[in-house]
Amino acid sequence: MSELSVNHLLGIKYLNEADIQLIFETADHFKEVINRPIKKVPSLRDITIANLFFENSTRTKLSFELAEKRLSADVINFSAGQSSVKKGETLIDTVNNILSMKVDMVVMRHPNPGAGVFLSKNVKASIVNAGDGAHEHPTQALLDSYSIREKLGDVAGKNVVIVGDILHSRVALSNIFALKLQGAKVKVCGPKTLIPKFITSLGVEVETNLRKALEWCDVANMLRVQNERMDISYFPSTREYTQQFGVNKALLDSLNKEIVIMHPGPINRGVEITSDVADSKQAIILNQVENGVAIRMAVIYLLASKIKQ
Amino acid sequence: MSQKVLLSEKEINIILHRLACQLIENHIGFKNTVLIGIQPRGVYLAERLKKILIEDYAIPEVKLGYLDITFYRDDFRRGDKPLEANKTKIDFLVEDKNVVFIDDVLYTGRSIRAALTAIQSFGRPNEIELLTLIDRRFSRHLPIQPDYRGRQVDAINQEKVKVMWKEQEGEDKVYLINK
Repeated sequence: MSELSVNHLLGIKYLNEADIQLIFETADHFKEVINRPIKKVPSLRDITIANLFFENSTRTKLSFELAEKRLSADVINFSAGQSSVKKGETLIDTVNNILSMKVDMVVMRHPNPGAGVFLSKNVKASIVNAGDGAHEHPTQALLDSYSIREKLGDVAGKNVVIVGDILHSRVALSNIFALKLQGAKVKVCGPKTLIPKFITSLGVEVETNLRKALEWCDVANMLRVQNERMDISYFPSTREYTQQFGVNKALLDSLNKEIVIMHPGPINRGVEITSDVADSKQAIILNQVENGVAIRMAVIYLLASKIKQ
Repeated sequence: MSQKVLLSEKEINIILHRLACQLIENHIGFKNTVLIGIQPRGVYLAERLKKILIEDYAIPEVKLGYLDITFYRDDFRRGDKPLEANKTKIDFLVEDKNVVFIDDVLYTGRSIRAALTAIQSFGRPNEIELLTLIDRRFSRHLPIQPDYRGRQVDAINQEKVKVMWKEQEGEDKVYLINK
């Protein structure tokens, strides 16, 4: 078995295709483990992991924590809201203090793009990026690709459209990198105000007509409208956004094929997708959540195997 | 590197039939007994034994599962290479069953220790036995001994015992390889 080419998971752009395949194959094994009566293995019983969340998160944090516990790692949690960050402590000081407690790996979510890269150069621990600003969210992209592979057999050659707020989305950027690396064709679709100008340089096409995008694709990844990141108005109203870029049952039924619907969550029901779509057989949203634990177990396991004793 | 043949195809065949008979003596109809091949190499031996039990000794049904012990080993991060996982496939309950672990070579006993932990994830067996084709005695790190053994071998640590199977390597043979 080969090993990961990196010592940290900072973003998909630092991985190669073999890394992704290795993570997927390892996740296959962990998926079997988490479906056993006892879902825990003792592999990482000598590893301590700190989950540093400088930004709110529910599902990613839970998913990481569950993955770590199922590998028998010791876990400590940190939320910026109740910490010395509020008193003016720097990121390096905060992390170094935590590392003094003999922590081997740091899983970090941070509002600033590049925080993980910065940390990896300044502290001695394996870093996993759990989302850095609007930059990357590598484990989300891995679990999305893994879910496509599980549903459609392969990612290569598939047409995937990412719909919604591309501008503020780390999920979109990581997904584009991951999908392109695996040989999928990618389009982005959304209001022009929410599509960054550089996006075509990543080898993706822009489509502003949702129906055309859906007619072209095998998979539609519906992104959440991130109201908290919108300091100015990017579209006239939520109602208008929904009319142009929301997916409902009638629209899906009018297509001549069945496409796979994905959503990284949390869903604004009735905005990006209607409830009947979110709960339909075409949607693999809950599979994405289940696969998230297996993918994060695989990433942590493979990175831990590179930590020297 | 030099190698010598420890067991020929004919000898392996005789041993497999003896081991199958010993299993029948203790487990008769295999109603409450399941075989578990330890991944990766134990599964070939387990499949052979199952075939012999069904075809030559008319046992109607023999349940066989594969157990991967990678995530239960105590040498994670100690070796040069990362540990490679294999498939676990146990589609029956082991709760209250008589489990027979099957592995090709018993060496330090660490794999079997890991397997004893791993099987607990699938329930609580009534009892667990160990069957091994080659028992490298004097090499044990842990107090583990087989209940059924094909052949005892005295080999020094620089030597490796390699079991070849027709299905995989094109021949049934056991080699002692001097590295």
